[in-house]
Amino acid sequence: MIDLLEKYSNAFGVSGYEDEIREVIKESLKDNVDSIKTDFMGNLYGYKKCGEKNAKKVMVIAHMDEIGFMIDGVTKNGFLHFRRVGGIDPRILVSKRVLIGKDKIPGVLGAKPIHLQNRSEWKKPIPMQKLYIDIGAKNQKKAKSYISKGDYATFNTKFEMQEDVLFGKAFDDRAGCGIITEILRGLEDDQHYPVDIIAVFTVQEEVGLRGASVLAEREKPDYVIAFEGTTAGDVPDPEKRDQSPSTQMRKGPSITVMDRTTIGFRKLKEHFERTAEKNNIPYQYKRSVTGGTDIGVIHTKGGIPSIVISTPVRYIHAPRGIMALEDYKNTANLAINGLKNFKEVL
Amino acid sequence: MKKLIKEVVETFGPSGREDKIREIITKKMENHVDEIKEDSMGNLICIKKGKGPKIMVASHMDEIGIITTHVTKNGFLRFSPVGGVSPVRCIYQRVIFENGVKGVVGIEPVKKLSEIEFDKLYIDIGAKSKKEAREMLGEGFFGAFVNNFDELNDLYVAKSMDDRVGCAVAIKAAEKLKKTDNEIYFVFTSQEEVGLRGAKASAYNLDPDLGIAIDVTGSADTPEAKKMPMKLRNGVAIKVKDRSVLVPKKVKDFFIKVAEKNKIKYQLEVLQYGGTDAGAINLTKSGILAGVLSIPTRYIHSVSEVLSKDDVQNTIDLLTKILESDISKII
Amino acid sequence: MSTREILRSLTESSGISGDEFEAAEVIRKFFSQYSDEAYIDKFNNVYGIKKGAKSNGKIMFASHLDQIGLMVNKIDKNGFIYFVPIGGHDPRVLLGQNVEIQGKEKIKGIIGSVPPHLQKPKDRKKVTPLDDLYIDTGLKADFIKENVSIGDSIIFDTSCVKLKDDCYASQAMDNRAGVLVLIEVLKVLSNLKHNWDVYMVGTCQEEVGVRGAAMSAYEIKPNVGVVIDVTFGFSPGSNKYEVVKLGNGGTIAMGPNFHPGLTDKIKKLAENWEIKYQETFIPRPGGTDAYSFQISGEGVPVIQMGIPLRYMHTTVETLNLKDIKRMAKILALFVSEVDKYYKEVEH
Repeated sequence: MIDLLEKYSNAFGVSGYEDEIREVIKESLKDNVDSIKTDFMGNLYGYKKCGEKNAKKVMVIAHMDEIGFMIDGVTKNGFLHFRRVGGIDPRILVSKRVLIGKDKIPGVLGAKPIHLQNRSEWKKPIPMQKLYIDIGAKNQKKAKSYISKGDYATFNTKFEMQEDVLFGKAFDDRAGCGIITEILRGLEDDQHYPVDIIAVFTVQEEVGLRGASVLAEREKPDYVIAFEGTTAGDVPDPEKRDQSPSTQMRKGPSITVMDRTTIGFRKLKEHFERTAEKNNIPYQYKRSVTGGTDIGVIHTKGGIPSIVISTPVRYIHAPRGIMALEDYKNTANLAINGLKNFKEVL
Repeated sequence: MKKLIKEVVETFGPSGREDKIREIITKKMENHVDEIKEDSMGNLICIKKGKGPKIMVASHMDEIGIITTHVTKNGFLRFSPVGGVSPVRCIYQRVIFENGVKGVVGIEPVKKLSEIEFDKLYIDIGAKSKKEAREMLGEGFFGAFVNNFDELNDLYVAKSMDDRVGCAVAIKAAEKLKKTDNEIYFVFTSQEEVGLRGAKASAYNLDPDLGIAIDVTGSADTPEAKKMPMKLRNGVAIKVKDRSVLVPKKVKDFFIKVAEKNKIKYQLEVLQYGGTDAGAINLTKSGILAGVLSIPTRYIHSVSEVLSKDDVQNTIDLLTKILESDISKII
Repeated sequence: MSTREILRSLTESSGISGDEFEAAEVIRKFFSQYSDEAYIDKFNNVYGIKKGAKSNGKIMFASHLDQIGLMVNKIDKNGFIYFVPIGGHDPRVLLGQNVEIQGKEKIKGIIGSVPPHLQKPKDRKKVTPLDDLYIDTGLKADFIKENVSIGDSIIFDTSCVKLKDDCYASQAMDNRAGVLVLIEVLKVLSNLKHNWDVYMVGTCQEEVGVRGAAMSAYEIKPNVGVVIDVTFGFSPGSNKYEVVKLGNGGTIAMGPNFHPGLTDKIKKLAENWEIKYQETFIPRPGGTDAYSFQISGEGVPVIQMGIPLRYMHTTVETLNLKDIKRMAKILALFVSEVDKYYKEVEH
């Protein structure tokens, strides 16, 4: 389970260029689904039929893409100018390492050393216009021989485990991808789910839920469940305000009541609550209405009952996030059991 | 009409939790249509069957509201808005939750008005401790504001005129409707305030020839109001545009023609902001012709929305006449 | 008609978002000259269909025909007309502009401003907010009330001017220049063999939410989509990573909104035939018809080319006609080979 998540987290796959992560996931799906396909946008589909006639179709989704950068220019001195892909707080960029393009050229996000700055400069975050990527190229011509304009880049972060805690990039939403893979391989040989499962690993969620936008018309599912890696805000607050942390680490998978794009369907919410209670799986609610998911662009096409189940992750949309192994396992557990007794929803 | 409006505006039903208002509207529509059903988004669809073109009338049953997100250590609750609720408009208002628990919105001390954000507000349900607050209510509960219906001279005031008055108009039109070949779907949509979601789903399923949304719109007849052509008491407003839709000329002109033919007082509406279910209907599949009849309203999205009862009556009359018309030339 | 004359005819016809019929009719006539069938739908999308040799696939071009403009909001008792914007406007650009109200008849006016002689020095430094601007037609209030209604469209009233070195300036280059590209492609296609059916669509209501593209793409369900719009051209003070040069060719867009395989093919095609082009980088889908086109229905793989344009959303939008001619060539070549590429790229 952890090896799989490690492969998923380390793989390259910025919104618009998800090729590598798609191949990695395809490899894992091979023995666990009946058929695999991709569409023109790059969404990856895995089908697992249950063998019953007129079975309902439950679509489980997670997005494969991660936030990153797109190179849009090369300066005369060989430094790379870039744009952000997806929502990234520019304050976390300086002094980080990246990998660029198909060949994964290493680069660094440089900054003027403090010795050469005046005091007033320290007080403000470095604006996007002053950030650039340095690949060590001698000049513009050399730089252009290593990379091209239009290449994508991502943080150079390797997955690591420490005690019962996981470090890595892109847990939003490679954790979700991992959980769906566990759903597909989580049953014994003689068991099957009571519904047909359509597993979709979507593209371009981070730039506007794009891949998911074509799913409702293409597959016409009866239900949709999205698995996300969501914000765990249980970290020190300098102002010590008594506010919601959204989700908390080590409190189990979170069920979303409402986010910016969907109000979760009550029947599904109650089903997962019951499943958690029956199987002694700890769970929490996502206690904020922030963030959106792929479901936002799927459920209004005719009204498809949906819900979002997430695993808490600290520091999403940053180079390295933290996730509790127990939360990840419990989320997978909740997902598998919830689907096993899905007949209770129908 | 007054009794009906009073009943529907005072009923609980924020986006996502429209059960109670749906029940009430179902009872009111039972005797006026051939079939009633509810879809998976919670839309209430009341069908008056016919052989002719399909018209979808959309009025949204949901009202703006709040959702609790966090219980503080002393038993107060933090919350987020459901729909377009501004923090300033919540202060000291009464609220009620889906399980009947009541509360008041309080505010932490602030130095400047510009500091007022949702994280400075909280709900006081009278709990003695965090534990008690969790037992009484908890996180993830939907709530609505509380205020009663009343009269101000010839105007009505209440919370949630947006869009319960639209629901009342649709109910009255269904009541008054004379025989017509048109097949009419009175859809009381869900989740409009959070993104026209119910209307998106039902228009997708019903695929009508024409959509007509009934909703409230702004008015420019109060001190220092933003320039707009709408005023209370000037009749039903026929929408030209808002942010979600540019009503096709032939639809707008048709509504005007019907109003003039039947001597119904009307005015034209141009809104720089805001959206209605017509926006969702318009962008369904390869496009559906959609128009809007609006009731000019003061103080929209506050707990005291004010409108003119004559404008409401004009809206009922115009909607009824449109539904009885031959629309084959415009579709 | 020469390309110049077609451009003039396109930019001078009236068609703000939601009220595109006059411009749609002008475009329909041009489409019908070079295609087999041309018609306007109930939302003012204009279609021109040129059948291919095998009709075994569909390629659809989308170029929005609506222009930004204004709408009558209120007429005061003296006949001055207040307005709301349709599409995005910089209010500083509006002061002193010539306009034409599309009322019962076309009525000319000026967006009035207080003469500097009558302003206090400190007021001269401020920007008048759009809500306080008004149109003065000079006509009597009664005449205005008779002939102008709330909701009437207002377009800018300037003509297309020829500048030096193949440059032209006008209002509505965004995006009548894009429609011109479609017409030019049809002209080139009349001498090229192509297997697929070609749908040229002048889409409505792009400026208010890329709506026409969503509707027409859903209706036609093409195999491949091509979006033509304008893009930012260099002018003094621009950030060099956000603009391209006029006269250096049309732009080919790169990013998640555009199919990478097809984008690659059209680039290579341009390189093979030595037709100049430039690149734009768009990490977040949005801003053109491609946004709704790519995800309409079951989705369509799309590519996008842009016409470099200076001073976008003003009445002096400036472009280089050479860029349009180059784009038309690459695109026509692309159409003639697209059925080959479609098999090669992943779907």
